Amino acid sequence: MKALALGGLAALVLALAVILGPTHVAWADLSTSPVVRDLRVPRALLAFLVGGALAVSGASLQALVRNPLADPFLLGLSGGAGLGAVLAIAGHLSGPWALPLAAFAGALAATALVYRLGLVADAELDPRVLLLAGVAVGAFAGAVMTAIVSLSDAVELRNAFLWLWGGLSGASWLTVLVIAVYLPLPLIVLYASARSLDLLALGEEPARHLGAEVTPVKRRVYLAASALTGAAVAVSGVIGFVGLIVPHLMRFGWGHRHRALLPASFVGGGILLVAADILARVAVAPRELPVGIVTALVGVPLFALLLRRWTT
Amino acid sequence: MLTLADVRYRYPGAARDALHGVSLDARPGELHAILGPNGSGKTTLLRVALGLLRPDAGRARIAGRPAHLWPRRELAKIVGVVPQREETAFPQRVRESVLLGRYPHLSLWRGEGAADRAAVTSALERSDAADLADRWIATLSGGEYQRVRLARALAQEPSVLVLDEPTASLDLRHEMDLFELVRDLVDRENLSAILITHHVNLAARFADRVLLLAAGRPAGAGTPAEVLSRDAAERVFEWPVEIQQFDARPQMVPLRKRKDRP
Repeated sequence: MKALALGGLAALVLALAVILGPTHVAWADLSTSPVVRDLRVPRALLAFLVGGALAVSGASLQALVRNPLADPFLLGLSGGAGLGAVLAIAGHLSGPWALPLAAFAGALAATALVYRLGLVADAELDPRVLLLAGVAVGAFAGAVMTAIVSLSDAVELRNAFLWLWGGLSGASWLTVLVIAVYLPLPLIVLYASARSLDLLALGEEPARHLGAEVTPVKRRVYLAASALTGAAVAVSGVIGFVGLIVPHLMRFGWGHRHRALLPASFVGGGILLVAADILARVAVAPRELPVGIVTALVGVPLFALLLRRWTT
Repeated sequence: MLTLADVRYRYPGAARDALHGVSLDARPGELHAILGPNGSGKTTLLRVALGLLRPDAGRARIAGRPAHLWPRRELAKIVGVVPQREETAFPQRVRESVLLGRYPHLSLWRGEGAADRAAVTSALERSDAADLADRWIATLSGGEYQRVRLARALAQEPSVLVLDEPTASLDLRHEMDLFELVRDLVDRENLSAILITHHVNLAARFADRVLLLAAGRPAGAGTPAEVLSRDAAERVFEWPVEIQQFDARPQMVPLRKRKDRP
């Protein structure tokens, strides 16, 4: 029933994303209009896949670091991925297929750095310190990105805001294909680790007692979450808060068992980002906002609410 | 089932052995209590016994196989552990939390079946927590929470049960409840149980065998009557005590330094 509702909602926002837009397309022309076929449909699909990837990445990371306030943006993965992508473009190293790999490398480097900073005096990982380290690394990556963007030829980084604030204006059937190819493997890896994530939420030692091979699971989940984030950032820049908010909303309906939570988060993340992108396109039409600004405008107040809820 | 033989372990970089010459033989139908002051190596002993640490010398075996060589999932089918602490970052209901005990028995792509749900219900009943099944974990009292965690360990259908200070911060009634429960499980289901506790007198009344640790070394091992002499207790706990008998078991009474001693 709730799955049906979620599916219905997904269909609805996808339909709205195709129908609505700054250019008026008549009902009769929806199936033939090149605006719909080459711009709106791939953009809606891209938004859905990116939102889903970020939400699944966020849900997995929250269990991994046992902190319900974690997500790829706050943990610095998105910043690292963005920096990786920007570096690759500035160094003329990448086409559309290599870009997700550069972003993946950036996300991994950021993860390693955050992890290193989060290990206080070799003690067991402190989830709160980890989050602080993530914010710091993310801010640093953002600063370096800004520096590179402001020093390089604008032609190279055609749409600098895409990387700094996230945007789906670069959507095409090619980017949809790229992300559709890069997503399945990490998604399967995370789904296969779903039960271990349930156990890890109890802490590492209790998880071991219940049969989880903690170290390999952590490595797999970090790699897969970085790959998802890398793929998402490569096609759409740094989009925050989707990975934070969606898993929370989904926990209300699906609980916190990841076999249910991860698929629900994928669909929920897709819905949220498609909806945010509709807003980004029509709110100030004919101009458009970077979608990351919309998710931040919605996400930060929600984040504040969550923070209050979890600390009281 | 679970044996330690002359185990020695030193944490990397530490100046002295955390465990030295420690042995333990947990058999079915026996409740073992591990006693000792803070920092005497009780939790390290559990880590070695459960294969999380590999002994530098001596042997730690479970069902004949070196403990650290067990795949965790296989081990979780025969050893259930109630660790000292766990985290509750995400809200969960009791039945869901107990179901985590079934995870070692589930295959990768299949969900839990009727047998698993039955095992959860039975575990909840055996640990006197059936009426808590639909509550949220966060709303439980300390005693209720410990019974739920015991139920989770029972849902693993283990032959060995390990509890690390399960009654810390519980009041008398809940503490007695838990000791009675564990004793009952050992007797009725022929489990082998190892229990770390600071409660010398309860250990003496409920346990079949006691291992007394001091600074990582055994200061006594055997039946409570054999181990808990005044001499040994005073040496290990560094406090004057008197030993009295109750129900044919030794009970330790700590003395006041000025008042009770001439």
